[in-house]
Amino acid sequence: MYEIVAFYLFSALTIGLFLVTVLSKNVLYAMTSLAAGMVLISGFFFILGADFLGAVQLVAYVGAIMALYSFAMMFFDATRDIKEKNTNPALVFLLGGLSAVVLVLMFAAPIHSDAIQALYPMHEGVGNAQDVGIILFTKYLVPFEVAALMLLVAMISGIILAGKKMDQSLTEDMSADDEILTQKDEK
Amino acid sequence: METTLVENLPEVTAAGVLIKAVIIMAVISAIAGFGTYIERKVLAFMQRRLGPMHVGPYGLLQLAADGIKLFTKEDIVPQNANKFIFMIAPIITAATAFIALSAVPVFPDFTIPEFIPLLGGTFVPSIAADLNIGILFVLGMMAAGLYGPLLAGMSQANKWGIIGAARTAVQFLSYEVVTGLSILAPIMIVGSLSFVDFNNAQSAGIGSWLIWQQPVAFVLFLIAGFAETNRTPFDLLEHEAEVVSGYATEYAGMRWGMFFIGEYANMITVSIIAAIVFLGGYSEGTLGWLTIILKVGFFFFLMLWVRASWPHVRPDQLMWLCWKVLMPIALINILITALVILV
Repeated sequence: MYEIVAFYLFSALTIGLFLVTVLSKNVLYAMTSLAAGMVLISGFFFILGADFLGAVQLVAYVGAIMALYSFAMMFFDATRDIKEKNTNPALVFLLGGLSAVVLVLMFAAPIHSDAIQALYPMHEGVGNAQDVGIILFTKYLVPFEVAALMLLVAMISGIILAGKKMDQSLTEDMSADDEILTQKDEK
Repeated sequence: METTLVENLPEVTAAGVLIKAVIIMAVISAIAGFGTYIERKVLAFMQRRLGPMHVGPYGLLQLAADGIKLFTKEDIVPQNANKFIFMIAPIITAATAFIALSAVPVFPDFTIPEFIPLLGGTFVPSIAADLNIGILFVLGMMAAGLYGPLLAGMSQANKWGIIGAARTAVQFLSYEVVTGLSILAPIMIVGSLSFVDFNNAQSAGIGSWLIWQQPVAFVLFLIAGFAETNRTPFDLLEHEAEVVSGYATEYAGMRWGMFFIGEYANMITVSIIAAIVFLGGYSEGTLGWLTIILKVGFFFFLMLWVRASWPHVRPDQLMWLCWKVLMPIALINILITALVILV
């Protein structure tokens, strides 16, 4: 009973919040509702008994990815509405509609639940962190390692991009002060 | 849902969990309020002052005076702020702090006596939500607590607010890495993410405490915990001399108070995690629970002690410490732990 109530509550809230994300013109509203929706999605994992994935959803999406988005949003004036530039509404409608239809078909397929069987069912008495771990390091070892490698490459390129002038201190370097002073003189 | 509760315990009902949630809310809010009094008294003692003395005996009623002031203060919302987000931001901080507390053991489990009408015989568990992955959940929820300060800073249309929020985001995001990595080594030794398993693994007395096997992880976790709860020497988020009050600049009254209830609740959560993961946690019975309360009290006192002893660091020193000192040490610690386990 509780599961059903919780499921419909979470579904309605998640859909509502993501609608706000898509339709709102205010960066702050969009960001807040996206983060809140991510939190609620972890609720579905907890209802299904997949505690580990629920916590990972919290840590990865809410704690890391959305936090970085929000950090980037800080460089904009978040209290003002943005002006959207939409050059070709028909094309946007077509592409958006098509991908929506494809997604709905994909996720509505399990309606025929008799055709689905769990390939890697949960083991009794084993926590689902262990189950996920076993699958990750046997069946999905190669994709897992490739993903790790890609993340490493992304991290190194991020460091290189950000680290060009890392050895110069912005506060202790005197040449930076000189630059500011010359700019002031020109004014 | 699968739980790690011992088999002979009575069944956990929804009513029991609700009662537990109410108890946690009430007691932790009260402790958070009382914590401010303790903090001022301890600081005063260490600095050879008296601290609050005028309201009530030894200033004990200072707490009530502060509470009345907070509740009756005008709730000011700045004109150019995004009002809705501005108003919910402190609630996010307080709510995430309390949700995190739902997965840690607070107070022993008990059964309500039969003679109480309506609720008699209800079993109240020691953990409101006994998850298999309690530690991950608590860390994740504390990470979500970042949104309180972040949204507060972005919505208030105040430059000090947004600088303070940026500092908060950088500090929390960076030190979460250290918290996670430092606690990974004890997790590898115990082989579980559940607080109950951690407690059982160290039940053989002081010699079995994980602090002896993982002293480095303990120190790292403590340092990162100080940073994540915004304690001195890392209290740069509302550093008066630089950023006025940081993300809380425009807040007044109870909304301001909620940030601090959240902060004190997080201090308690970090203390409980440290006590269970490294210092053996609790044992059965009232006396056994007294031990964890003493341990949590010690960590709380340690936070005040450090605040009285050390000045705070500069922001660049904070980042240097996190990425160039603590994180490499945490990684090396994990590597050594893994090698020892494998060999």
